[in-house]
Amino acid sequence: MTGTPPLIELAGIGKTYGSGTVALGGVDASVREGGFVSLVGPSGCGKSTLLRIVAGLIAPDRGQISWPASGTRPSDIGFVFQDATLMPWARVAENVYLPLKLKGIPKDEAMPRVRDALARVGLADFASAFPRELSGGMKMRVSIARALVTEPPVLLMDEPFAALDEFTREKLDDDLVDLWTSQKFTTIFVTHSIYESIYLSERVLVMGARPGRILADIAIEAPYPRGRAFRESTPYVETCARVSAALREGVSR
Amino acid sequence: MNREPSSRSMRLLVPLIVGLVFLGFWELLVRASDIPPFVLPAPSVIAESLAQNFGSLMTSLWATLRVTLAAFLLAVVGGIGLAILFSQNRLLETALFPYAVALQVTPVVAIAPLIIIWVGYDRVEIAVLILAWIVAFFPILSNTTLGLRSADHNLRDLFRLYGASRWQVLSELQLPSALPYILAGMKISGGLALIGAVVAEFVAGSGAATGLAWRIVEAGNRLDIPRMFAALFLLSTLGICIFFALTLLEQRLLRNWHESAIRREI
Ligand SMILES: Nc1ncnc2c1ncn2[C@@H]1O[C@H](COP(=O)(O)OP(=O)(O)OP(=O)(O)O)[C@@H](O)[C@H]1O
Ligand SMILES: [Mg+2]
Repeated sequence: MTGTPPLIELAGIGKTYGSGTVALGGVDASVREGGFVSLVGPSGCGKSTLLRIVAGLIAPDRGQISWPASGTRPSDIGFVFQDATLMPWARVAENVYLPLKLKGIPKDEAMPRVRDALARVGLADFASAFPRELSGGMKMRVSIARALVTEPPVLLMDEPFAALDEFTREKLDDDLVDLWTSQKFTTIFVTHSIYESIYLSERVLVMGARPGRILADIAIEAPYPRGRAFRESTPYVETCARVSAALREGVSR
Repeated sequence: MNREPSSRSMRLLVPLIVGLVFLGFWELLVRASDIPPFVLPAPSVIAESLAQNFGSLMTSLWATLRVTLAAFLLAVVGGIGLAILFSQNRLLETALFPYAVALQVTPVVAIAPLIIIWVGYDRVEIAVLILAWIVAFFPILSNTTLGLRSADHNLRDLFRLYGASRWQVLSELQLPSALPYILAGMKISGGLALIGAVVAEFVAGSGAATGLAWRIVEAGNRLDIPRMFAALFLLSTLGICIFFALTLLEQRLLRNWHESAIRREI
């Protein structure tokens, strides 16, 4: 493994918003190509900000983001926002078609891919529904289908399952891991849930607030697919304790 | 069962009944207290006058309708077009928007004589059109400008992420987001176009004006009050029709997605 350059390299990333809020105060991190990294941290610690910087939606005012493995930021990045962010006037299929449409791919060529992406999130029957006819969780799944439809090499997800019930969430977690193991895109996954972060990822980055920074970088060695047994295993429980200890330390500091 | 007048027929029937009851009262009042027709004509007398002057009134109605619709359509095209231009070029917006406001806040009655002189008395209809347009134009401009700006920021980011062109952002995101605003602006502007046309006709005076407003002035001069009411009746009917046509359009275009037009399940 050593020797292969990481896909994403963050060095001393800092961001202060116009209002004076120091959202990020020097973040160093790297993500290997095909890796699955989770970001956990209290609300307001700059997780969304960091994700936006990686996506290139906002520029950091200090530090460097580089892409050693590919040279430049991939032109295709899947992004799942904290809320579903669908176009209310467009049907589900149209919403999922959007990324392909913007790339100039004609509709009849794109539709099989759109249907496929919808099937992957279990919404094959809702292609012609309007967003308002869907539940919150279903909207979120549309948003995930939209991010996956271009089969991007990088997938950035900002608390995608936060609004879902435990049951649906665990199912979508498993689906996501399945997708990731089969397609090997690089994933950064933001979550509030310690359990989810450990279940899903190879590495958990624990963040602290004001200024946002990385407190701990915890590797999770368990092999995939992890399944129920992993959720009850000793390494899992131990890692949970480590992550929450790191989080608590960040708060008390 | 809910008692709200929610069904379509009820929404038509209830105001109609109210109107008929009102007319009945009016008729009774005028007859019972012998009010002379040059003060307040009974509805039956107005209807009679409407029937007698049907030809000339319809010609006038058509003249007013034509000017109103033309002014309205030009306002829609001009308002949306200028708003799009503004959204693409901040400098242009900064430079021109104050003048659009100035045009709007200057009372049209005050500009009317000037415009009529400029355009010439032999082409009063064009002057009336310009004046109606001035009044109708601004709500579309300001609403569309607001609407184009109100597109969801995350969606904007998404478009940026996928490398959308300016044109794609405009056509796929900003214009659909602005649609409810544009339609709301059109509803205001439809009524204003009619008001603008009427005011302009009043100011244009006897010259060559042939619209309903001129019929009202004329009837007033001759103390033909029933005819005045008949013209007035046609004018407000026209206004109501414009409003309902635009409301219908709004319902049609927004019913699948916008909060304002969605039928709520209770
Ligand atoms: N557009 C903005 N303008 C000004 N301040 C902002 C903006 N966006 C975020 N902030 C501030 O930056 C800090 C980090 O915000 P960010 O959204 O990245 O947090 P987060 O970790 O994603 O929180 P949450 O878990 O609640 O989503 C917060 O203190 C917030 O107030
Ligand atoms: Mg966030």
